Amino acid sequence: PLTKYVTAMSSASTTPPSVDKVDGFSRKSVRKAKQKRSQSSSQFRSQGKPIELTPLPLLKDVSAQEQPELFLKKLQQCCAVFDFMDTLSDLKMKEYKRSTLNELVDYVTVSRGYLTEQAYPEVVKMVSYNIFRTLPPSDSNEFDPEEDEPTLEASWPHLQLVYEFFIRFLESQEFQPSIAKKYIDQKFVLQLLELFDSEDPRERDYLKTVLHRIYGKFLGLRAFIRKQINNIFLRFVYETEHFNGVAELLEILGSIINGFALPLKAEHKQFLVKVLIPLHTVRSLSLFHAQLAYCIVQFLEKDPALTEPVIRGLLKFWPKTCSQKEVMYLGELEEILDVIEPTQFVKIQEPLFKQISKCVSSPHFQVAERALYYWNNEYIMSLIEENSNVILPIMFTSLYRISKEHWNPAIVALVYNVLKAFMEMNSTLFDELTSTYKSDRQREKKKEKEREELWKRLEDLELKRSLQSDGIIPT
Amino acid sequence: TKLDDSKMAGAEGDDSLYPIAVLIDELRNEDVQLRLNSIKKLSTIALALGVERTRTELLPFLTDTIYDEDEVLLALAEQLGSFTVLVGGPEFVHNLLPPLESLATVEETVVRDKAVESLRKISQEHSPVDLEVHFVPLVKRLASGDWFTSRTSACGLFSVCYPRVSSTVKAEIRQHFRTLCSDDTPMVRRAAASKLGEFAKVLELDYVKSDIIPLFTALASDEQDSVRLLAVEAGVSIATLLPQEDLEALVMPTLRQAAEDKSWRVRYMVADKFSELQKAVGPEITKTDLVPAFQNLLKDCEAEVRAAAANKVKVFCENLPEDSRETIIMTHILPCVKELVSDTNQHVKSALASVIMGLSTILGKDNTVEHLLPLFLVQLKDECPEVRLNIISNLDCVNEVIGIRQLSQSLLPAIVELAEDAKWRVRLAIIEYMPLLAGQLGVEFFDEKLNSLCMAWLIDHVFAIREAATCNLMKLVEKFGAEWAQNTIVPKVLGMANDSNYLHRMTTLFCINALSGVCGQEITTKHMLPVVLKMSTDQVANVRFNVARCLQKIGPVLDSSALQAEVKPVLEKLATDQDMDVKYFALEAISVLALA
Repeated sequence: PLTKYVTAMSSASTTPPSVDKVDGFSRKSVRKAKQKRSQSSSQFRSQGKPIELTPLPLLKDVSAQEQPELFLKKLQQCCAVFDFMDTLSDLKMKEYKRSTLNELVDYVTVSRGYLTEQAYPEVVKMVSYNIFRTLPPSDSNEFDPEEDEPTLEASWPHLQLVYEFFIRFLESQEFQPSIAKKYIDQKFVLQLLELFDSEDPRERDYLKTVLHRIYGKFLGLRAFIRKQINNIFLRFVYETEHFNGVAELLEILGSIINGFALPLKAEHKQFLVKVLIPLHTVRSLSLFHAQLAYCIVQFLEKDPALTEPVIRGLLKFWPKTCSQKEVMYLGELEEILDVIEPTQFVKIQEPLFKQISKCVSSPHFQVAERALYYWNNEYIMSLIEENSNVILPIMFTSLYRISKEHWNPAIVALVYNVLKAFMEMNSTLFDELTSTYKSDRQREKKKEKEREELWKRLEDLELKRSLQSDGIIPT
Repeated sequence: TKLDDSKMAGAEGDDSLYPIAVLIDELRNEDVQLRLNSIKKLSTIALALGVERTRTELLPFLTDTIYDEDEVLLALAEQLGSFTVLVGGPEFVHNLLPPLESLATVEETVVRDKAVESLRKISQEHSPVDLEVHFVPLVKRLASGDWFTSRTSACGLFSVCYPRVSSTVKAEIRQHFRTLCSDDTPMVRRAAASKLGEFAKVLELDYVKSDIIPLFTALASDEQDSVRLLAVEAGVSIATLLPQEDLEALVMPTLRQAAEDKSWRVRYMVADKFSELQKAVGPEITKTDLVPAFQNLLKDCEAEVRAAAANKVKVFCENLPEDSRETIIMTHILPCVKELVSDTNQHVKSALASVIMGLSTILGKDNTVEHLLPLFLVQLKDECPEVRLNIISNLDCVNEVIGIRQLSQSLLPAIVELAEDAKWRVRLAIIEYMPLLAGQLGVEFFDEKLNSLCMAWLIDHVFAIREAATCNLMKLVEKFGAEWAQNTIVPKVLGMANDSNYLHRMTTLFCINALSGVCGQEITTKHMLPVVLKMSTDQVANVRFNVARCLQKIGPVLDSSALQAEVKPVLEKLATDQDMDVKYFALEAISVLALA
């Protein structure tokens, strides 16, 4: 039902697939290299009249009493927003605003006593006027963050200084959250979060710091921020699969999770299971996987009892066709196993090693190799050794078969080592499995045949019934 | 459990109990594919079990024990939508609700959507009483679920039960819908907004005014643009429901605001729905409101929006009220169109190029020559091949009004350039328009200017182009006749049989495949067949087996004496070829042509 929305969200929608985007002959990256770095900005709807700002004296040139007043005036002037897509317009005024912003940055960093109560709404207003805007549509038809150059924000020369100023303001010793919370409210935060979709990595980096500071200083906004991030992630996973700032938001969450009190609230556990785990299913996982895995491990270090639902979740979403993602999953799983408690390990070892056994026999050698590397990890080895009577029977068939059949000699060599390790671990069981290997395979084949026959009987039955109901053969 | 007992019974050879035994085994299988297979066969199993055991055993089993991969759940959700007969008909259809209810709450959108789709389907099979006793309570439970997924699913179920319940229940349903429209989660508000139009359609007009309009207004000014843009579509549906005199007061202020929304996504949506909107609000509001709004969209600062609006230029103009159509186009729309012709964004120009030719039928001959022709000519020279292609592909509209000759001077260079474009998809696209162009430009112009292009494509280095070129020749012969073929293209095609490149030799065969039918028996027998037969001794096996295939293809065009005397011996020889593919196709041809 939301396809309409999704379509409009992706910029690909306006135009039919264009001939020159689908030509198989030139590599995308090659073509891209020729283009100039693209810039975009969606701030300026109507080409207005030229903006005139009356130059004001420098703050340092007026007396201490006059400074707060002048500070406010300068903030108001900086509310004027210029069109940077037009590189020729308002050049003088653009330069004037830039130097004023620079002055403001320095001023909030070093000055004392400047932050009057009247200044708060003016600061927030200036920041809002400058940074809050609808982000422009992506330049390329299907923006691929891994291949395409991001579209940079054209108004960055001003925007950067505004962000810089805002961060200094939030970090200033005189800053009082109790006053600021009247202006930095839920609506403000919501708009701030939407900006994380910016294609410009420089902007996302500043936003990360800003959001981090706000989360740190405004206790009353914390739950709200977490909830909105939840919503962004859910929209990303289930509706659009497009949001540029996932990695940055996860990075902030990593440190938030770190600070969670124990025992964990139900809300946090729900976030882990219903939001973070499904994030693994997204196509562009590689762009934020490191940050995501970090968050997951943070949770498990807080509360080891979450290990089972997490691993079961990963197993549920295990990639079926994307080997690259499979390698990432295996990497994350190893990070989890590095911190797993032996009691938790026992709970999930069976489904876990069934999956690992499948990975080991993957025809894609990178997947097989990544899985086999587990046997180089001392801690994992010790867990396997303790539970070899369970794990060895699960792994044996795959290992034995690969040692005979895998196309890649490096994999075969690794598998020999693993088999050797198992042999040393539990030679009685190993010998037993070797000797029953053949008969087990035959039993499996027989079972397969039986299943086919069962289905066939079922179909015959259905046929008979439908013939009966049609009155073709008597009941 | 009972089901496990039946498995035991199954093992003892009771035929009727086999199905359930299989199902249990397979549903628990480790292999997803096998679980999926058994779910997809669910109807077979239910049929075998009979309606009563399906109700009392199978459905509770599915409801209780299913926690599975989304793919399996999707198959289950789909199956249950057509399960009514299998549980005993409409009287028992409510037995299907419990499993579908839990499927409607899962995280994965496709599963949930499928469950909702099935629920909508079976809602129609409920009697009004059952609807109130079983279905509506389910909708209410979903609507007040804890997690957003169930509330999202609920949004799609209101409109299917509303028309068939009592007025008390109706009031409750409206109340639930209202609540979801102001849900705290944007996902739910989006779901509600996307169903608002559909829900409005089943409401009584008074409630549309008293309930839907405030919801529409609220959603259209939601803090998230993703919600606002969905409200636009709802607005169009609502506008069609209201009498003309209420439109101005109830929907126009909101729609006006949407057309100037600060988010380009919302403006894009307005542009995208512009024709529907125009139809819904009628001629007067179109004149007073939509014309200026459309001008703004055509001049929008975002290319996405301009392109969406440009796409609508023709339909919008077509549907303008007749009395003022020409004036509005000439004074308000055309100036914007003129600017778009030299837009900085190629998608905008290309969108315009795909519809601009359509304006000529609306404006007539004189205006076309004076105002539109210059624009066509500019677009024909555009740097972007797609723009040129879009113009060429719509030539027929202009042809009807002013004749194509006016354009031919500019057309030719444009066609030649596209024909030699470095991108094969561009070349492919222009080939597809050749028959149309040939028809409009006439045989003389074609022979003189375009024939050589058509022949050059036959030796293109991309197979798709050679293939399209072959098909193009066939269409040209259909247009210009066999005699023309014999004089102009057949000699050239047959000449390629002696080419040193085997791919070109094969092209000859492919062309013969395509042309024999349209050229007829005489040309095929007299000119083509000898060449084909001669090629049977080609040293490349691919050519030889294509000879076999070609003979099979042209066989029906030939008379039986030619078949027996000339084709048969050659095929028999090919049937003893060393190459197994040649053998295979030769034997196939012999059997198809009944020459054995």
